[in-house]
Amino acid sequence: MAFLLKGAHVVDPQVGLDGVCDVLIEGKKIAQVAPSIEAGDAQVVDGAGKYLVPGLFDMHVHFRDPGYEYKETIYTGARSATKGGFSDVATMPNTNPVTDSGTGVRYQIDRARHANLVYVHPIGALTKGEKGEELAEIGDMLVEGACAFSDDGHGVQSAGMMRTCMEYVSQFDRAVLAHCEVESLTTHGVVNEGRASTRLGMFGWPALGEELEIVRDIELARLTGCQFHVCHISTARGLDIIRRAKAEGLPVTCEVTPHHLFLTEENITESYNTNLKMNPPLRTAADAAALREGICDGSIDCVVTDHAPHAAHEKECEFEIAAFGTIGLETSLPLMLTNLVNKGKMSWDTLVRTMAINPRHILHLDPVKVEAGSSANLTLIDPNRKIKVTPDFIESKSKNSAFMGMTLTGCATDVFVEGKHTLVDGVVA
Amino acid sequence: MLSVRNLIDTTSLTADDITQILDTARSFAEVNSRAIKKVPALRGRTIVNLFLEPSTRTRSSFELAEKRLSADSLNMSGSTSSVVKGESLADTIQTISAMNVDMFVCRARLAGTPYLITQNTDAVVINAGDGKHQHPTQALLDLYTIRQNFGHLDGLKVAIVGDLDHSRVVGSLAPALKTMGAEVIFVGPPTFQVSDPSWYGVQQTSDLDSVLPEVDVVYMLRVQLERMEGAVIPSKREYNRLYGLDERRSKLMRPDAIVCHPGPMNRGMEINTEVADGPRARILNQVNAGVAVRMAAMYLLLGGENYGISA
Repeated sequence: MAFLLKGAHVVDPQVGLDGVCDVLIEGKKIAQVAPSIEAGDAQVVDGAGKYLVPGLFDMHVHFRDPGYEYKETIYTGARSATKGGFSDVATMPNTNPVTDSGTGVRYQIDRARHANLVYVHPIGALTKGEKGEELAEIGDMLVEGACAFSDDGHGVQSAGMMRTCMEYVSQFDRAVLAHCEVESLTTHGVVNEGRASTRLGMFGWPALGEELEIVRDIELARLTGCQFHVCHISTARGLDIIRRAKAEGLPVTCEVTPHHLFLTEENITESYNTNLKMNPPLRTAADAAALREGICDGSIDCVVTDHAPHAAHEKECEFEIAAFGTIGLETSLPLMLTNLVNKGKMSWDTLVRTMAINPRHILHLDPVKVEAGSSANLTLIDPNRKIKVTPDFIESKSKNSAFMGMTLTGCATDVFVEGKHTLVDGVVA
Repeated sequence: MLSVRNLIDTTSLTADDITQILDTARSFAEVNSRAIKKVPALRGRTIVNLFLEPSTRTRSSFELAEKRLSADSLNMSGSTSSVVKGESLADTIQTISAMNVDMFVCRARLAGTPYLITQNTDAVVINAGDGKHQHPTQALLDLYTIRQNFGHLDGLKVAIVGDLDHSRVVGSLAPALKTMGAEVIFVGPPTFQVSDPSWYGVQQTSDLDSVLPEVDVVYMLRVQLERMEGAVIPSKREYNRLYGLDERRSKLMRPDAIVCHPGPMNRGMEINTEVADGPRARILNQVNAGVAVRMAAMYLLLGGENYGISA
């Protein structure tokens, strides 16, 4: 099957492209990129007024499969990612059983192949059962296709164990991804410590609980030489710490979620909306502003959703016992477009780096470039198309979106994954 | 008429709301002093006391208030409700609501539970304490007691002392006092202080002795002894020495200053017997006011027509 993407504004800083041209896909590859290409037998996709970029990559999602299929499956997660404009995702290992073996990694890859939508790159657990006690079979998982290693959901509490994990992973030229949380500081915390915890009468999750572990793990990265990536940073100070580590030349990167960029603790009102309960929690307006600055100036490497599906009964309850997390795949790109790119606060170039190029680089995956011979993973974006975030709009099996009800401007209309047309004018194939 | 439909927190109450409740409570206090302590004000109304967390005094106070208003009441506790059988709160509330009840009085371990109840019923909801968030009827009975003593609330200075961060009483009392024009200061060890006193617009200090001569009311909070000792304070003995209201500290207070406590007291910890039973104590007045204030709140929220009350 051949497709000719005609007249879109192509943005790919990897090859210096930032202008209107045609892109021809043949089979699984990009066959030609040129100012004007004759269609021939190829099916034409009109890109006029749209942007064409390397396929978007979300390197932090939870697909809950195996074990929690009532929240999400690899198939429904793949549909959700496709709807959001993604060609690739990396899945966190806090499944049941935990993805801490080669078998678990292979299961996800096989299921994703069957779903035949997005490319799923499993992240393996660092420790068996994510218990923080014994090393998982990291090498075995790597051989079966794991792209990185993490105990996401919580931090490895023992500094000694984290050191062992980083030392072990350092032999493989892969990154350790860490949810940074000192649990003896965060204890029962469910909202940001400070104004929000005082106002709402709930236990606080202090910023220091995150920042202290970022400091610890940066020092362990210095000691071990292991590549280290900080998951979902949420505080201004955490970002400053990472900036300093980068300035020192340490192998440190980080990511941020749209909810930490565009929502704050002030959004949690006396109505206790449980879709705003996440870990780490929503922080102050000053934190969110600092993170927006960080993503726009390149200090933060990528945007991820931390897509965390939960069933209705796990969210329609008291805030303190509700599950942590919000879904995000369908709304990530629209939020970035609406709040940053369309307002001129972020360049298309930076959007492409943070949502497509950098994740592949951090995970040591082959780059996807808009040039002949590259894998045809592409996303076509209409920056003006409006979407309304409703349960019907959401493809995820769970509807726990922190952004439910919002109208956003700009979304993906088409996605190609290795030449397969997975999103067709906004509809999942 | 109150400006609110439910009584969930004191931050939503206007000064006029609070004054209305306190004035109405005064009429009910008169009823409570009669030989026959019953009025037909809520006859035929059904009130559910949903106590998802154990409580003796608050529950007794509400039950008496309901009986004296002639309401029919149904008691459900955490151990007898289906909440422990894995049923969600929403299902529990919808199920009880389907039996046509008029009001829920809810005590819960988790903040925000009363709001969640309002989302699942048309009945009126009164928060009888949710987690460490709010306990509005406690604050109202405190205000009643203080106003009864001084004749007014505005311009008074109130020190709230003790386990501020884990206290739902603080969550309701401090905003209500501020709304009525009183000044509030928080006193407690740093491990008991709130994260953000600026939310309440109050100062916070660890120096009790310097605060005592400055205030009209010393409000001693109960220390949740079973949860705290060794964790955030070293011992009962040390707490009593640093923050306990004893005879010596009582003498630092203004001549006309009073002592309040929401109960139950830990004698020998936050308060010593000579003060608890001394002339400054208004602790039993608070308990007494509780029934009248709860009668007033229920009466006003359920319509407030004047059925045989001599106002």
